[in-house]
Amino acid sequence: MSAVMITRKVRKWEKLPGKNTFCCDGRVMMARQKGVFYLTLFLIVGTCALFFAFECPYLAVHLSPTIPVFAALLFLFVLAMLLRTSFSDPGVLPRALPEEASFIEMEIEAANGNVPAGQRPPPRIRNVEINNQIVKLKYCYTCKIFRPPRASHCSICDNCVDRFDHHCPWVGNCVGKRNYRYFYLFTLSLSLLTIYIFTFNIVHVVMRSVDNGFLNTLKETPGTVLEVLVCFFTLWSVVGLTGFHTYLISLNQTTNEDIKGSWSGKNRVQNPYSHKNMIKNCCEVLCGPTYPSVLDRRGLMQLSPVSEFSANDTDASPCSSSTDSSNSSKTLPSTKRAILCLHKPRPPPIRNNPTSDDLKASITDTAHTSPAHSQAEESSAAKTPPLATPETDAEASVAKSH
Amino acid sequence: SPQQIICLHLTLSPFHNLQELRHSASLANKVFIQRDYSEGTTCKFQTKFPIELESRIERTLFEDTVKTLNNFYAEAEKIGGQSYLEGCLACTTAYLIFLCIETRYEKVLKKIANYIQEQNEKIYAPRGLVITDPIERGMRVIEISIYEDRGSCGSSSGSSSVSGSTAR
Repeated sequence: MSAVMITRKVRKWEKLPGKNTFCCDGRVMMARQKGVFYLTLFLIVGTCALFFAFECPYLAVHLSPTIPVFAALLFLFVLAMLLRTSFSDPGVLPRALPEEASFIEMEIEAANGNVPAGQRPPPRIRNVEINNQIVKLKYCYTCKIFRPPRASHCSICDNCVDRFDHHCPWVGNCVGKRNYRYFYLFTLSLSLLTIYIFTFNIVHVVMRSVDNGFLNTLKETPGTVLEVLVCFFTLWSVVGLTGFHTYLISLNQTTNEDIKGSWSGKNRVQNPYSHKNMIKNCCEVLCGPTYPSVLDRRGLMQLSPVSEFSANDTDASPCSSSTDSSNSSKTLPSTKRAILCLHKPRPPPIRNNPTSDDLKASITDTAHTSPAHSQAEESSAAKTPPLATPETDAEASVAKSH
Repeated sequence: SPQQIICLHLTLSPFHNLQELRHSASLANKVFIQRDYSEGTTCKFQTKFPIELESRIERTLFEDTVKTLNNFYAEAEKIGGQSYLEGCLACTTAYLIFLCIETRYEKVLKKIANYIQEQNEKIYAPRGLVITDPIERGMRVIEISIYEDRGSCGSSSGSSSVSGSTAR
């Protein structure tokens, strides 16, 4: 006898929380608002198209054919960097599954001890020592985790992003650990491309004006005027941005940290991540390892409509791992018992024993209940501390932005 | 006492392989080994032995597993000659080369997956434990699931529980 489970397989990206949009069956990941990204694309492609149409024929003949070739290579590089920045996972941290979330909650409760009635619980902060500096890790109420150092929650994408730099509307994505170097190379190469096109526009106009006169030149190549305008305004912003990020990279800082002033000022902590050497910092950021995405957007997961088996879509781990036996077609002699045993993992039974040894002595044991008993389950569910909301937390009550 | 005998039985439990574990045991608890940030943002896990595992596995085995995993991650994230070469070469191809070849990190992740699989089969499953690959939890925690044998335990509640407190 074997049980028949009607399951539907979906890719994990379809069930990811957060406000991202996915394309190409999970291969592409972007923010929701993409309008400005299309503008960026249009400006770059449009300007380069004008350059190839109006300037290049003249310059290739009168100066050198390598000019359009180099422009084409630069243009392709800019495009590749832009698409790489926009389409890749910036380093999103997945939200905690229910067991992990309640485990953290219990640790917090244990650490806080008894809060007198009517008083707000203390803010949820964990102190860690990094390179002899104390860094505070904040708790994220949306993702239910303590954010790793340098991570921040992007409110536009509604995700915690590792080494969060900023959310860039021009590329339509967050800039974080995984795509920062592509973003930097994009701004750098775009600066070069803009300067290149601007320079050769001027050269072209000058050369033509010598023969035909200035006004005639402008009439013959109207595209040049447009290009010069776009390049002029782009130059100031993009070159400035490249310079700013070069400065940040040499200090191994993120835009987020710079804006918040995390490492500046006398009384503040010094940047514990900097190697105190500009070359080393640059090398780490630009030539460091290529971090993998931890989201597994294209992995498969099962959605079972049958409640007994409740392979809940929030608990995808049993289905994604290739070693999992619940997907195997092996039928056991005690199949019936096996089915009853395979239930959705519940939050761990209430235990007041924190992992910290200091608190062990001060916490009293509560009676353990076996997960098998439904009665005990109810009481343990009632004892589970309600997952706190920002309103109950003193720190969150102070107006703060992510 | 009967409770002590039951505890002893479970430490010599008959979970011969991972599949048998998942089919005939029920999940009792989960322990989460947190990240160790003392050296910065590189991936490293705390080697502190959790109380919940005291009655289940020897401390040295657990520490060996975590230390080996930490070494794997350190190898993957090492910034040195090879990573510079990889980065610079990839840059010249506008990173298109990564569509064809595997990065060093991905290679190490495969080694880690194999290692965890092997550890689960040889050491952890016979003790009623299962380690989840950290990459499935966002590289935030090493999740260790603790299973209880339902059949032989019967209705004795709490005696076989994973907390060290009941063993006193």
